[in-house]
Amino acid sequence: MSTKDRILSRIRRATAQNPDAPPIPRDYLRTHGTRTPAETADLLAAHLTEYRARVHRTDEDGLPLLLARLLSASRTVLVPLGLPPHWLSAADATRIHDRAGSTPRDLDGVDSAVTGCALAIAETGTIVLDGGPDQGRRRITLIPDHHVCVVRVPAQVVDSVPQALERLDPARPLTWISGPSATSDIELDRVEGVHGPRTLDVVLLDTPAQ
Amino acid sequence: MRVALFVTCVNDALYPRTGIAVVRLLERLGVDVDFPAAQSCCGQPQYNTGYRREAEPLLRRTAEAFAGYDHVVTPSGSCAAMVRAHYPRIARQAAREGRGSGLERLAEEFVPRVYELTEFLVDVLGVTDVGAYFPHTVTYHPSCHGLRTLGLGERPRRLLAAVKGLELVALPGAEECCGFGGTFAVKNPGVSAAMGADKTAAALATGAEVLCGADNSCLAHLDGTLRHAGAPLRTLHLAEILASAEEDPLP
Amino acid sequence: MTRTNLGMPSFPPFPEAAGEAVRDEVLRANLRRATHTIRDKRARAVTELTDWDRLRAAGKAVKDHTLRHLDHYLLQLEASVTAAGGTVHWAADADEANRIVTGLVLATGEREVVKVKSMATQEIGLNEALEAAGIAAYETDLAELIVQLGHDRPSHILVPAIHRNRDEIRDIFRSEMASWGRPAPEDLGDDPRELAEAARLHLREKFLRAKVAVSGANFMVAETGTMVVLESEGNGRMCLTLPETLISVVGIEKVVPAFRDLEVFLQTLPRSSTAERMNPYTTMWTGTTDGDGPSAFHLVLLDNGRTDTLADETGRQALRCIRCSACLNVCPVYERAGGHAYGSVYPGPIGAILSPQLRGTGSDIDATLPYASTLCGACYEVCPVAIDIPEVLVHLRERVVQGGPATRAGVRVRLRPAHGHTAERAAMRAARLLLDHPGALRTAERLLARARRLRPRRLPGPGRAWTDTRALPDIPAEPFRDWWLRERGNRH
Repeated sequence: MSTKDRILSRIRRATAQNPDAPPIPRDYLRTHGTRTPAETADLLAAHLTEYRARVHRTDEDGLPLLLARLLSASRTVLVPLGLPPHWLSAADATRIHDRAGSTPRDLDGVDSAVTGCALAIAETGTIVLDGGPDQGRRRITLIPDHHVCVVRVPAQVVDSVPQALERLDPARPLTWISGPSATSDIELDRVEGVHGPRTLDVVLLDTPAQ
Repeated sequence: MRVALFVTCVNDALYPRTGIAVVRLLERLGVDVDFPAAQSCCGQPQYNTGYRREAEPLLRRTAEAFAGYDHVVTPSGSCAAMVRAHYPRIARQAAREGRGSGLERLAEEFVPRVYELTEFLVDVLGVTDVGAYFPHTVTYHPSCHGLRTLGLGERPRRLLAAVKGLELVALPGAEECCGFGGTFAVKNPGVSAAMGADKTAAALATGAEVLCGADNSCLAHLDGTLRHAGAPLRTLHLAEILASAEEDPLP
Repeated sequence: MTRTNLGMPSFPPFPEAAGEAVRDEVLRANLRRATHTIRDKRARAVTELTDWDRLRAAGKAVKDHTLRHLDHYLLQLEASVTAAGGTVHWAADADEANRIVTGLVLATGEREVVKVKSMATQEIGLNEALEAAGIAAYETDLAELIVQLGHDRPSHILVPAIHRNRDEIRDIFRSEMASWGRPAPEDLGDDPRELAEAARLHLREKFLRAKVAVSGANFMVAETGTMVVLESEGNGRMCLTLPETLISVVGIEKVVPAFRDLEVFLQTLPRSSTAERMNPYTTMWTGTTDGDGPSAFHLVLLDNGRTDTLADETGRQALRCIRCSACLNVCPVYERAGGHAYGSVYPGPIGAILSPQLRGTGSDIDATLPYASTLCGACYEVCPVAIDIPEVLVHLRERVVQGGPATRAGVRVRLRPAHGHTAERAAMRAARLLLDHPGALRTAERLLARARRLRPRRLPGPGRAWTDTRALPDIPAEPFRDWWLRERGNRH
């Protein structure tokens, strides 16, 4: 008998006599509280800030200058292939594209990365990347010490974790980011900045529905 | 109203003054108290130590001893919790293992009639001011089984706060276990003593004259710890404070 | 019958180890500070969700439902992972899992792996098995690094180095980092920021060159084949995305039916463990993705005592555990005994019910773990999947002292009572006989009252455990029932 069959038969013997488990109660809340889209964006900003992300708000016209300012100390910036070109039109940093053949060591010298996102969750202060064209491979938001993430408001902002999962595609690689890298391993007190980017800039980009 | 006092074995043998206090308190509130002599121990020491089958005859004895009483009142959160949380479980398992005929029905019929003292006072009699007088500073330690299994909540503190002359001071870390834990106290003496020392240190730091609780087994551990260290703090069961009256005050 | 390996050598009984730990003032101060910090934060994080009780009930129900149909969901998971480009392996015990992982690493031609913190790989002693095969395993979680560099053992599920304070960590980094890779800076201080920076520099060279990574997983989604790892530092992301080969060793109880089910646990787990609304990083991957992340993914499904635990109707609720460690942080016994006393990678209340089920109750440590609790219930109260730990503890106590049916390595056996409880058993029986005969009880009480002046200050034998630190209660002049007979007895 294979190990697989042995494990499965042990499970069947262990549970065969048991009645079906009761149905799963789903009466928990879909969102905590009712908010206007503007209030949801404010909550997202507040929660991101609380976990030491730097939050900025602008519109399409102001975005290039804002990004240029956020990248003013960066010599190089990693750019996903599908990032709207005008976003970085005012930035001086040299653009680097992540190619399939580049090694982690190649990327280690890059100062910053700029990406879009799949969505952001207000209640938890989380941004989620799903490897879309404006986000690129997972490693580009990991190796550089500085990540600038642009969130379209209100379209990409949801209230809660349940709402986020409804909109995400599990087949894509998903990275949930809530504030910069942190650790609680020394005396259970939170310290920001270990392996992931130590600086996280989140730009809330006002893009009124068309 | 006629109620049966379930005094518990620890109170019967070691703390009769607590049982006497409950009788006087309830009588003062117009309750007719009875003491069925067939009662002994709820079986908690056996059950909690792993001797479930030794607890079965005690379950039967206890439930039968209180047959016919609508309200069974006990000055022990721990023993009340044993009845409410574990009697149905013990009876069910006994039935499943082909023993203890009728235990399930006995438990089912007994369990809803059992009240911890503060539950009975607040929920059944609907009183928080029991007309007590006790002009001392008191801090209250909520025992775990009363706190978590029974969910006594603020009942004991509300009763104490209404006592004339009594100043109630908060006990820091009140909800943390005192370290008694039944046979834990002797099976893990090092940890038990450390927990007792921390609890009594917290109580001493409040400056209270009395450390009050609603379970004499926990108080035996805390009182023993205090007296072993020669610390100037006495322990009292809640019932004794509530029984203390202006015309006959507890010293 | 082989004993399930939980990655630990043999250990002294709990009371002995705990009794020693409780005298270690530094350890007690470290644990007290850390557990109280997190305890209060957790309470605030949980209060924020007004539907906490409903989330808790849903989490419990999802897990119970999955366990009831575990065979179905594991097969579904295997199909999903395979369809997404992964390879699934099955391991009945630690040895088999270690053999599989070692073989997979050797096949890549690599001789080192980077590791994400994982309870399952600690449980099976994977690092030791890899080392024996000439493979170096580098722990990359900060706390695991502290433990590994300090030649130490983990003492907490979430924060394995919780027993160490910042001074001790600085000393470990200064003296040990050099022999594993990049040395610590000469002037390293004890500020947590500086310590985290030293770890960043030390580990970065390992991340950048690693070709193979080993992880566990917090959740596996049967429906989609999605694996989920929650973390804080980014070491997990490094391991899960940079290497070419990823091997995940995961206990079979970690499967959940649907992607949607994560909406419960992604709310309850971070708040219960690090007391955050959300942990800094969560990675979800489904098989392999062209051009992003590892090109080879292996999932090793681990039994190692879990199906035996599943066979026990009371004890199986331990398999609901999502390893948040909230029960450790509120446990007054853990706070004083420390994690090492539990003799397992699973310390604290959950360890006290998990280890004796995964390993059996045969050893001294496993026979004493069910008694490593006052049954205060704080663990049950905070558990985000409502594991009634006190109930299981009492159930396992019964297994220790009375024996009874159990399942070991898939075989139903009838356990004999553990040795060393003969006197206790006799005493419990005698007490029961006495208590079941009120006449005899009254006589005994009267004898006690008569002997009250003889009350000793110290008791002999097991009673010494009481009188060493506590005075005995005064014995009253008469038991309550005599007072009643005298004062009220004629009334009815």
